[in-house]
Amino acid sequence: MSTSPTPPPTPPGPEQPSVPGRSGPSPATGSAEPGPEGELRDHRTLTSLLGAWALAACSQEETAAVETHLTDCAPCAEEALRLRDAVGLLHSEDSLDLDPMLRSRVLEGCLHRRPARIPVPAWVAPYDAETARLDALLRDMAEEEWRAPVQLRWFDGEQQTTRETTVAGVLGHLLAVDGLVAAGIGLPDPLPAAALPADAPTAGPAAASGADPQTRTEIYWSLSGARHHTPAAREPWRQQSHAMIRDVSFLAVDDGSALGDRTAHGRLVSYGNFSLPLRDAFLDRAFECWMHAEDIADAVDYPYGPPGPAHLNLLVDLAARQLPGAIAARRRTGLAPPPHGLAMAGAPGRTLHLEIEGNGGGDWYIPLDSPGARASPESKVAHIALDGVEFCQLAAGHVQPLEAAAGHDGDRQAIKDVLFATASLSRL
Amino acid sequence: MANDTPPRWDRKMQQRLARGEAAALGELYDRFASLVHGLAHRVLDDEEAADSATREVFAHIWENPHTFDPREGPMRSWIADLTQRMATGRLRQLQRSAGPCSPEQAERFEEQVRTAATAARADYIVTSMPSSLRAALELAYFERRDYRQTARTLGVTEDEARRRLRLGLQLLSSAVTQPAMAPPGSGQRP
Repeated sequence: MSTSPTPPPTPPGPEQPSVPGRSGPSPATGSAEPGPEGELRDHRTLTSLLGAWALAACSQEETAAVETHLTDCAPCAEEALRLRDAVGLLHSEDSLDLDPMLRSRVLEGCLHRRPARIPVPAWVAPYDAETARLDALLRDMAEEEWRAPVQLRWFDGEQQTTRETTVAGVLGHLLAVDGLVAAGIGLPDPLPAAALPADAPTAGPAAASGADPQTRTEIYWSLSGARHHTPAAREPWRQQSHAMIRDVSFLAVDDGSALGDRTAHGRLVSYGNFSLPLRDAFLDRAFECWMHAEDIADAVDYPYGPPGPAHLNLLVDLAARQLPGAIAARRRTGLAPPPHGLAMAGAPGRTLHLEIEGNGGGDWYIPLDSPGARASPESKVAHIALDGVEFCQLAAGHVQPLEAAAGHDGDRQAIKDVLFATASLSRL
Repeated sequence: MANDTPPRWDRKMQQRLARGEAAALGELYDRFASLVHGLAHRVLDDEEAADSATREVFAHIWENPHTFDPREGPMRSWIADLTQRMATGRLRQLQRSAGPCSPEQAERFEEQVRTAATAARADYIVTSMPSSLRAALELAYFERRDYRQTARTLGVTEDEARRRLRLGLQLLSSAVTQPAMAPPGSGQRP
């Protein structure tokens, strides 16, 4: 894969051409800048040209002058050979695209040989993998690509909404919303307290309060100034994500050894207008990281793939678990018609069979009448089948509910409710 | 040297690895995987062999974090050295498994191993040199610019462009003479 340029000039030998059209000694000015004419015999100047000469990056005249000099000057001749050999060692980098799945194989191999004393919890693994994958994409990006425009898209309940930003702006968005989770486990909030609304949550387990993801993002964008457009957006995001993975690992170990039900994954993280258990918050951030990495990859025209099957399965599961609540919320706000009848909590109710195809897929049974109802295959009234990545694109609001490439049969309203509720899970 | 992590980062990483923090292992991989894989690939010239050498190197570090001595140099050069040794070791192993060979074949093979090791050291030096030197070399070599064009592109004097090209090659040439991944620059002119 290495690039071989045309060979540099022939090695210095006895039959070197002499300096053309030159007479009289050049003034020993010691000037480092070779003049257009007449100064090419000065030893210092000729020596300074050795690197350029070895790379065939001098004018013809200079090349000839250097080669003449090499026949008389042993130290220069020795260096010239050395530098010429060094040119042969230059290769283009050929490992720009490390297989993103190599990371999990390498880490698994290590942990098999020496189990971790402080493991990364399984529910944090997708966030760990997705942030690493995005970071690898960012590493190879050119300065101007950070300014590339990105159109963020989501489904606001009725239609697709968009917001313009840049690649660097997307990183700021991820940083600002990840910050909710960071603050939830005791790390500093990347947004200054003074910039947040007065009822902003303090660190620690919090009920739903404070600024929601969209508000936080707008605040961060208004504060971040130049970072909005430069590679400087990368480091704070990466540092925070590393710190989150480190601290939540310790938290899980500590809580695991304590008695009681206040385990790490159950702690509530406030998203402003709602809250999620810490476990789901990390899955949510992994999902967002993947989707926004896709936005970035699209903007700069890089290929990007889905997460590994085991992680994709956890992300699909998160969305599927949120569907009953999302259906109920749409009914409360009048975006969906009321249910056929209220099912008693725990009682079997009408059910939709969500079949996710492909690696990482599976079967989910969604209660249609109320979030508390029990779903069961026997009470199935409708069936939706779609690919895991397509389902995630729908849940991210990148695909319109009725345009999703889904196979379905059964109760039409139930199918519509579930497709729209899936898209409604999206937000900025 | 450019790209080296600060000594504080190195020591902290070593402690975290010793403590058995899986999160630290992930960070180590994120920081050094492309270096390790690139060097292993240069020596072994095979994607699968480079993948498996990468697994070996990280497993070795994870199992033996105490073998890193921060007083001897940055973690980055330690890892590069380890990678080169493990990759050339694997190359020798491959040769041995191919069966007995004549002294001439053995000599030719040793020469191949030496060349591969030198190439890996050179790659390491290129990734470690100050970015100002690397940029000049890349323009002159990969983009075939002469030193005057290189100077204009970099916004420096022609004198400075010549100096960078020469110094960059001087650093690179130490790949032939220095056996280990010493931080390049020891012994070059200012």
